[in-house]
Amino acid sequence: MEWLRLEHWSPYAVGIGIGILSWFTFLLSDKALGASTAFARTSGMIARLVGGKKVLENTYYRKFAPRIDWELMLVLGIAVGAWLSARLSGTFETSWVPALWAGTFGDAVGLRIATAFIGGIFMGFGARWAGGCTSGHGISGTLQLTVVSWVAAVFFFIGGIAAAHLLFRVIGG
Amino acid sequence: MLTNIHQKKGLQLVLGFAAGILFGFFLQKGGVTRYDVIVGQLLLEDFTVLKIMLAAVATGMLGIHALQSLKLVQLHPKPGSWNMAIGGGLLFGVGFAVLGYCPGTLAGAIGNGYLDAATGGLAGILVGAGLFAAVYGRIEKTILTRGDLKELTLPRLLKVGAWAAVLPAAALIVLALWLIEKAGL
Repeated sequence: MEWLRLEHWSPYAVGIGIGILSWFTFLLSDKALGASTAFARTSGMIARLVGGKKVLENTYYRKFAPRIDWELMLVLGIAVGAWLSARLSGTFETSWVPALWAGTFGDAVGLRIATAFIGGIFMGFGARWAGGCTSGHGISGTLQLTVVSWVAAVFFFIGGIAAAHLLFRVIGG
Repeated sequence: MLTNIHQKKGLQLVLGFAAGILFGFFLQKGGVTRYDVIVGQLLLEDFTVLKIMLAAVATGMLGIHALQSLKLVQLHPKPGSWNMAIGGGLLFGVGFAVLGYCPGTLAGAIGNGYLDAATGGLAGILVGAGLFAAVYGRIEKTILTRGDLKELTLPRLLKVGAWAAVLPAAALIVLALWLIEKAGL
């Protein structure tokens, strides 16, 4: 079982593994891999704690009820699975500022957290606007040959490549 | 279809969690729980993200359509519109670059110990999703439905059978991966 302790697997092995995993989620759970709805449901659960039951009347939360479902368990499982893999290979590390970020913008924790927060807002809003994320549209939607998912996936990368170049080559460069 | 299994609610939560553990394990082994790998892809310096995604799509596509031909699964194409895909896609893309994780890999990054993901990143995604829920009622029937594509799939668009689209699509993906390798990326 030495391969479970390897630091990295080939991206092709990983991709094929995720593809095969998706067969089983369709077969056993009638579900496609996806992650962003879980964050929407969680935001609803928090809003309910703060704002009470009237949150449930919101049009969006009537469509995506704020409760624990298959996909929310999937997202919790992702954190556990990544932790397990990192522990087995000795690559678990707690850090606040990624090396690539620090190389351009310095190692101040506050700046990185604030940027991650702003980026997160764009991501949470954008994923729900698009109706899916890099998993739901980018992998699950495209493999079903859904037209909207292919368009969304292409624009994830157009937006991402443009913003990354602006951030690192213009602002940081 | 294994409908009797699909209807067992408690079992489904366990299966979702188990699938997540495998998904997270794969993502970490692929290196995409790391900010540097994801932003490296967007800077076009490291093609790991694209290699993983394209390999997953080709593998998933062939297997799921085979299972569908055997009537063991049904497809779940997401509904959407041009405005959703382009507008949401670009906003997501900005978040992708600025945050440096996507929703699934953010969960993986938290498991990997990355605290920028666990604090600012997680809070930001939740706030963003909450803000969207707050405005959704005002835009669902206007902005979001413009250029409606419904649940259109490529085979239906081209008016061909599923396999007539799946096989060329899978072949094109393999070709794209071969070209990426050939270019030394």
